[in-house]
Amino acid sequence: MLSLFQYRLPEVHKLLQNKELSVSELTGEAFKNIAALDGRVHAFLTLNEEEAKLTARTLDDKLASGAARGLLFGLPAGIKDNISTKGLRTTCASQFLDNFQPIYDATVMTKLRQADAVTIGKLNMDEFAMGGSNENSSYGPVRNPWDLERVPGGSSGGSAAAVASGEVFFALGSDTGGSIRQPASYCGVVGLKPTYGLVSRFGLVAFASSLDQIGPLTRNVEDSAYVLQAIAGYDPQDSTSAKLAIPDYLGALTGDIQGLRIAVPKEYIGEGVDPAVRESVLAALKVLEGLGAVWEEVSLPHTEYAVAAYYLLASSEASSNLARFDGVRYGVRVDEGGGLLDLYHNSRSRGFGPEVKRRIMLGTYALSSGYYDAYYLKAQKVRTLIKQDFDDVFKNYDVVIGPTAPTTAFKLGSQTEDPLTMYLNDILTIPVSLAGIPAVSVPCGFAEGMPVGLQIIGKEFDETTLLRVAHAYEQHTEHHKARPQL
Amino acid sequence: MSITVKDVQHVAKLARLQLSPEEEAVFTEQMNAILQYAEKLNELDTDHVKPTTHVLHVSNVMREDIVKESVTQEAALLNAPEDEEGQFKVPAVLE
Repeated sequence: MLSLFQYRLPEVHKLLQNKELSVSELTGEAFKNIAALDGRVHAFLTLNEEEAKLTARTLDDKLASGAARGLLFGLPAGIKDNISTKGLRTTCASQFLDNFQPIYDATVMTKLRQADAVTIGKLNMDEFAMGGSNENSSYGPVRNPWDLERVPGGSSGGSAAAVASGEVFFALGSDTGGSIRQPASYCGVVGLKPTYGLVSRFGLVAFASSLDQIGPLTRNVEDSAYVLQAIAGYDPQDSTSAKLAIPDYLGALTGDIQGLRIAVPKEYIGEGVDPAVRESVLAALKVLEGLGAVWEEVSLPHTEYAVAAYYLLASSEASSNLARFDGVRYGVRVDEGGGLLDLYHNSRSRGFGPEVKRRIMLGTYALSSGYYDAYYLKAQKVRTLIKQDFDDVFKNYDVVIGPTAPTTAFKLGSQTEDPLTMYLNDILTIPVSLAGIPAVSVPCGFAEGMPVGLQIIGKEFDETTLLRVAHAYEQHTEHHKARPQL
Repeated sequence: MSITVKDVQHVAKLARLQLSPEEEAVFTEQMNAILQYAEKLNELDTDHVKPTTHVLHVSNVMREDIVKESVTQEAALLNAPEDEEGQFKVPAVLE
């Protein structure tokens, strides 16, 4: 489908500036595309049509008046459904919150509004962001726009699929162990997980508070830099928000990576990584070499322990965070007359899906008396070792590069019986999450028709280098221009 | 170290979950597989390693104690499954 969303952000803004396009037309295009495609892709859970069109008209008035325009002026945005949108249903793709209407906006939503973006609707995901395939949604899975029989990845699968299929201009997702980068890789879009603390988590429904981070999914790196510029920044409402000056991300896209030092962990291109994925990554490294970068193989020796540490830590935090869903203040309530304790038990059992229950169980076990030291504390110590791996490498290198995921998108239903295999899909994204550092997945080719993602990992709060490298690579390849035939 | 259906029932109680016998059986098997995988961490000597609870270099984030507007009673109750006289309603707690 030929869409207005094939343009880059500055191109769209030029069309708006020259009055060749209105925000209302742009918004209309989003809903038209959704009507045509979403029956097959199933990226959206809730549409915000009435309000979006109203916002569009207001922005068109603003355009006519010549008033100052925000950084994301007029751009149709899809929002992952675990980000609170005041008055707009927010379900976390869970039956538990089927009718939940947030009473306040997440800070990122306030920032999007200040940047003059248009919220088109809420995007499908794995229930409470737990999963890597979108098959854990209470509302049915999202499908991969490149092959409808395959998963879009997860948990921000709706965000990745909506951008890949051209339903929206950009989307926001959240990443706890790879939930932005892995679906971006599977769907052939750009997905950025910022450094922990760069983007406010206020209003993001908490899964694992020490890992969760909101970030953009876009069709190219430049757009990613624009969205990051709009949403990054200190927020007093989030006590883990970093107090620092936000750099000029757009200014960082110079195309110059002469002398850049790249580390390629042998653990990221070794056993378990699909040979076609490895080849795409090695080809990408050649491109970067051609631009004056040098790369060397290094070791991140604790990589193989990351998944185990992550599932203990993330599940522990989840078991605590999800205690708030008790059937009293919001969400599902199942009262069969057995008293308060029964109400808790029944509401939670009815409201949560199997993966959410599994993680609550695992986390409760890991935190329970007698097992805390063996599991939770041990995992926190291993987290330190994983972080040190990166610290050591970054003493001598500017970025770390590898694949985003060991394989391309798999078939729906092919891994649902075995949670452990499913967890291992995240082996290359999880270490980055544990270390709290930023990483971006950019399209770097195809294997049997499915997109492959290149993961570029940076030092903490060094998103500028990350984006500069990703952008330089993108300028010299065509992969990001490929579109699925829907 | 392997866990039994009884352990799973105990953890479910702590987690305020009511599991069906089928769920108990499946979770026992799956949690054993996951915990067995987690045993891998014991290959590492971590006696002298400090735990990482948080990656940010911040602690004790304070703010000025200023009275600000907060959520209204009406808004707080907006999503309540049951409420009465401006309060969340729950089943009787005391017999």
